Amino acid sequence: MKESWKTLIEIFWTFFKISPVTFGGGFAMVPLIEREIVEKRKWLDSEEVADVFALSQTIPGSVAINCATFVGYRVGGVKGALAAMIGVSLPTFLIVLALGASYLFIHDHPKLEAAFVSIRISIVAIIIYAAIKIAKTAIVDKTTFFITLTGVPVLFFVHPTAAILLGALTGVVVVFSKKRMGYKHKKKKDPATNPDYFMGAGI
Amino acid sequence: MVLWELFHTFFYMGFFSFGGGYAMMPFIEAAVTKYGWMSSEQLTNMIAIAGMSPGPIAANSAILIGYSTAGISGAIIAAAAILLPSLILVLIAAAFFVKMHHNPLVEAMFYGLKPLVTSLIIFAAISFAQSNHLVAINGSFRSISLWIIFVLSLFALLKLRWNPIYVIVLSGLIGITLYS
Repeated sequence: MKESWKTLIEIFWTFFKISPVTFGGGFAMVPLIEREIVEKRKWLDSEEVADVFALSQTIPGSVAINCATFVGYRVGGVKGALAAMIGVSLPTFLIVLALGASYLFIHDHPKLEAAFVSIRISIVAIIIYAAIKIAKTAIVDKTTFFITLTGVPVLFFVHPTAAILLGALTGVVVVFSKKRMGYKHKKKKDPATNPDYFMGAGI
Repeated sequence: MVLWELFHTFFYMGFFSFGGGYAMMPFIEAAVTKYGWMSSEQLTNMIAIAGMSPGPIAANSAILIGYSTAGISGAIIAAAAILLPSLILVLIAAAFFVKMHHNPLVEAMFYGLKPLVTSLIIFAAISFAQSNHLVAINGSFRSISLWIIFVLSLFALLKLRWNPIYVIVLSGLIGITLYS
């Protein structure tokens, strides 16, 4: 019992230390996780870590958090998963909370208001940048281009959830009907070796 | 009541959180408008702070919205709500589908999902541009200077490959110089 507590604290502490460097939610953390988990702690080997990264992107949520939770589960079961998730989230939670609290405390100050007039415009630019970055990995042929193009006007009328489900359904229908008609679906590069695959990572 | 609204909004969103934080903005905007949590300008400010902080932008936004609508307990509830789906799904995947990403069905789903996530982000850009008066062009100093800031920000991100955090900080300093 004592031993398991020690493991849980180790898991928590490992991800607690990595957490503050994960600006943007994922990709920055990959080499750090590899160093900590594979080389230092020897919890997983690098092949297993590649699987964990690939799977973490298939699951909704932040790649960094999914990854940590996954490694935590492998090392310490459900409790380990929870310890890793709390460990990786707590530092950023506290930083965000401190920033948010100070913002709300002084947001009426004219200088801060002036700063945010400009920042709000830059946020629009950052979102466009995020769209371009993800488009590079998402739009691979005419079909995917068509999905993006029709998706935008559709979103003015349906809830994002419905749009996401429709997108996934379209993907399945297109890929399988192409297969049936004898087209060969091009296989993408292995996600673990292709950093561009990390959807929206770093932004 | 507010806590329950926060919880089910972000819990639900957590199951559809593909493609990074900005793809979640249409979800967040829809909920903020529905429950009247804050104005769209305040929301954009929150998103900016979320982008300046370490950690995933979707979770950071949830924490900030939770905090500003219901204090510390709001922040905790919102954070737990958005993390819980990840925990549930990771545990299920870890137990049953470790090689899931090689599954042809999953690959086909992502083939259609990723372009749609791109649409979500483009849609977010359009609606943020609208709510921050970027589209309402008139000849005033403010309107012209905001357009210049917009173009410079894009240039810094795309061509100079600046980290978005530097863009936000520098843009804030420009804002203080020009508009106060």
